[in-house]
Order: sequence, then structure tokens, then C-alpha cells
Amino acid sequence: MRALRPILVAAGLVVLWQAAVLVTRVPAYILPSPLAVLQAGLANTPLLLMHATVTGGEILAGFLLGAALGSTTAIAMARFAMVRHWVLPVVVASQAVPVFALAPVLVLWLGYGPASKVAMAVLVIYFPVTAAFLDGLRRTDPGWLDLATVMGARAWAVMRWIRIPAALPALGSGLRMAAAIAPIGAVIGEWVGSSAGLGYLMLQANARLKVDLMFAALALLAAMGLILFFAVDWAVRRAVPWQAESTSSEGP
Amino acid sequence: MSGKTISAKAVHLSLRVERARLTYQGKTLFEDLEIAVPGGEWTCLLGPSGVGKSSLLRLIAGLAGDAASGSLTTADGAPITGRLAYMAQQDLLLPWLPVLENVALGARLRTGRVSEADHARARALLVELGLKGVEHSLPATLSGGMRQRVALARTLFEERPIVLMDEPFSAVDAIARLKLQELAARALAGRTVLMVTHDPMEALRLGHRVLVMAGRPARITAAMEPPGAPPREVTDARLLPLHGELLSALEAARLAA
Repeated sequence: MRALRPILVAAGLVVLWQAAVLVTRVPAYILPSPLAVLQAGLANTPLLLMHATVTGGEILAGFLLGAALGSTTAIAMARFAMVRHWVLPVVVASQAVPVFALAPVLVLWLGYGPASKVAMAVLVIYFPVTAAFLDGLRRTDPGWLDLATVMGARAWAVMRWIRIPAALPALGSGLRMAAAIAPIGAVIGEWVGSSAGLGYLMLQANARLKVDLMFAALALLAAMGLILFFAVDWAVRRAVPWQAESTSSEGP
Repeated sequence: MSGKTISAKAVHLSLRVERARLTYQGKTLFEDLEIAVPGGEWTCLLGPSGVGKSSLLRLIAGLAGDAASGSLTTADGAPITGRLAYMAQQDLLLPWLPVLENVALGARLRTGRVSEADHARARALLVELGLKGVEHSLPATLSGGMRQRVALARTLFEERPIVLMDEPFSAVDAIARLKLQELAARALAGRTVLMVTHDPMEALRLGHRVLVMAGRPARITAAMEPPGAPPREVTDARLLPLHGELLSALEAARLAA
């Protein structure tokens, strides 16, 4: 039943959508019916898949790169107060710049190809990953740190065996959020300037009033985002098995 | 072999703290406090809560930070760093490491790896403490008493001549506590132990010496040496009058505070 729930919700929404189209008789160039979108999708499958591969690659590369950069920054900031004092203000300030405003600059510097989109995705997920992980790294149980001090532990060993594992649930929250917003970065990049990708396809289809194709591309994008989110969610759960155990044993 | 691992390296190292001073939020908990811990014996420290017992322990362990100061001397004149182990009220087991790795944690944190000999020693300690068969379990699957026994094994693994304990058995149920006290008394025999407790009977069971810390600024106000060798039986009639004496000393300290 639990696995079926999202499918039931999705099916319900599609039915609602079809009903709205039937009742309001809204023209197909404003809101196509789900059936029309499905037909457009089937008719253009190779085209959609080609563009989806481009966007999917950008999202995945942006996610992996952003997660790696964010984690590294968080560990460096947690380990060295010096880095924290100098880098944290820069990281926070970088969030004040709207990513949308940066997109044209990135396209100018990195070109119409995937690089500018990957950079865009990295930019939007870097902060949530860094902030969440750093927060986790700074909340290590003081008792564990005392124990390590008395044992005469090395700072890096404490990081590797105590602080990082203890912060994995926090990193997990950051990565879940990153998985949800990474597609935004990639698509913004494609809108500003590109020659391939689902964002590019949506602009093209929209300009030619192929609204059903645009919706098909949108649906595919949403599906890719969901798959990434659930894959990350699953991986995070696998990586912190002890957390599930402690919550289930502490529960009522 | 396994009996030897526990007592072989025990050195009778006595410990003395002088001019200990601790201020907390502008208030002086203690100053010019003096405490002597005889080598190779078990000293128990009782006192009303908030008197600064745990802080004194943290001061000795080097965990108190800037708020505390004092002069710490050992019988052989060498610094205390690296020669003590610390056991807290919480077991502080790492939930992501199996029991065996938790016991050998010190080796991992000092050198980055755990040798085969370390693992063998950790395994022997677990057997010694009646924990055979749980080496590869995660701590979350164990009962509170078992977890505290693992923490004791981790403390023993350090093979330090001085062991500081801060109410190590107070979080487990009564029966498990009696068992733990006996195990700890045998396993730590020959080491210099300073244990903070709030339970006078526990102090009388385990201590060669029982001290009471009270007042503000705090002082060591009473000391007694119960008859017989620890661990003493809870049913030992000779402990009863001492128990009464300790209780009235603690009550007086509480009223004075």
C-alpha cells in the first residue's frame, strides 16, 4: 500500500487534470489534455529521449560535483577554524546573488554546451549541501569528543571515525534537498542559452505552439527529478543504517 | 593469558591535585581544593549534586578548559597526559561501529588503524566481561547493561594506570549495576581509580577509600576506609553504620548549600 500511494496520487491528479480540461473546454494550446500529452510523448519519443539524456547528464554531473565540492568545503571548514572564518562569509554572500542573474554570465564564459548548465546546477546545490553538512559536523556529541581527547586521538581520525559518520544524517538532508533543486539549475541554464536539453526543447515547442510536446518534456523532467530524489533518499538510508535502528527502538 | 591482559600493565601510580580552582558563570565552585588519590586503589568521591565532582574529574582528565586550573602531580613526576582513561555515565559507544571496533576505538583514533593484536586483545576483554558472541553486533542491539560493559571493555583496552569514572553505573538497572560493579572491581584491580558516584552504597562496595566533597567553595570534608577488600557484599553488616554516617554527612552538606 505504501509503495502504491504515490502512484495513486499521481493517477488522481491526472484524472483531475483530464476532468478540468473536459469541463472548462480550455483550448489545447493553453492546456492540452493528459491524453494529448501522452500521444505527443509517444510520437516524439526519440526526440524527447535525446534531449532528456543531455539534461539528465547535466543534472547528474552537477549533483555529483556540487555534492563533492559542498562536502569538501564543509569538512575543511569544520576542521580548520581559519577556513571557516574566511570562507563561510563568501559562501553565504554567494547566496545573495540570484542564480538566474548569473546564468547569462556562465553561458558567456562556458558556452552553449553542457558545461554552463553543470556549473549552474553546482551553484544551486553547493550551499544547501555545505550548510547542512557543516551544521552536522559542528554538532558532534561533546561526550564523544571528550572520549577521543582522553584517548589521545589524532584530529583527522576524529574527523574520519566520529565527526563525519555522526554528521551523515545531516549531509543526507542536504543531499535530498540538492537532488530536488539540481534540475532547476540545469533547466535555467538551458533556457538562457543552449542547443540541446529538455529546457531547450520546451522553449522551442512553446514558440511553435506545440504545447502538448512542451508538457511532455515537462512531465519527463519531473519524472527525472523524482527518480533522482528517490535514488538519493534510498542511498542515504543505506548509508546510515544505525539511524533507522535508533529511531525505531526509541519510538512508541 | 586473558587474566594477564587485565592486570599486567597496571602500575601503582598515585595522583595528587592541589590548588584546584573552578569558576562557573562567575561563581567559584571550588578553589584551593586538594585531593590525593592513592596508587593502585579505588577511591570513591561522593557529594551533593552541583558541588563540582564531575568538574574535578574533568579537570584531572584535561577536559575542563580555561574555567579550571590546578596543579596535578603523579607519584613518578611525569605528566599525566596519555596515562589515564575516562568512563562516563553514558556509554558513548559509536552507533556506526560494531562492538569489537568500539572496544578498540582508542587504537583506531591514535594510529588510524587497528592491528590484529589489538583485535585479539579487544576480543579477549569482551570474553572476560561475559560479552562473547556480540563482537559484530551494533551497539543499538544491546541492552543498557551490556552497552555499559562494552564501555568498560573499551576503558580496559586503553591499559592506562589511572582510570577516572563519572557515575559509570547510574544509568543501568539495579541488578545489572551490581553485576557491573563486581566486574569493574575485579577488572580494574591494581589500577588507580577515582570514581564519582551519588550512591553511598556503591562507594562503600567498591572504594578502598570513600571521600565526601561538600560546601562552597567545596572541600573534601570526610574520608573513610571501609573494612575488607572490595568488591564488598551489599549484605555486609559492617557497611551499614558507615552507610548511615555517609548519608548524614551528605544530608548536612545538602542543608549547608
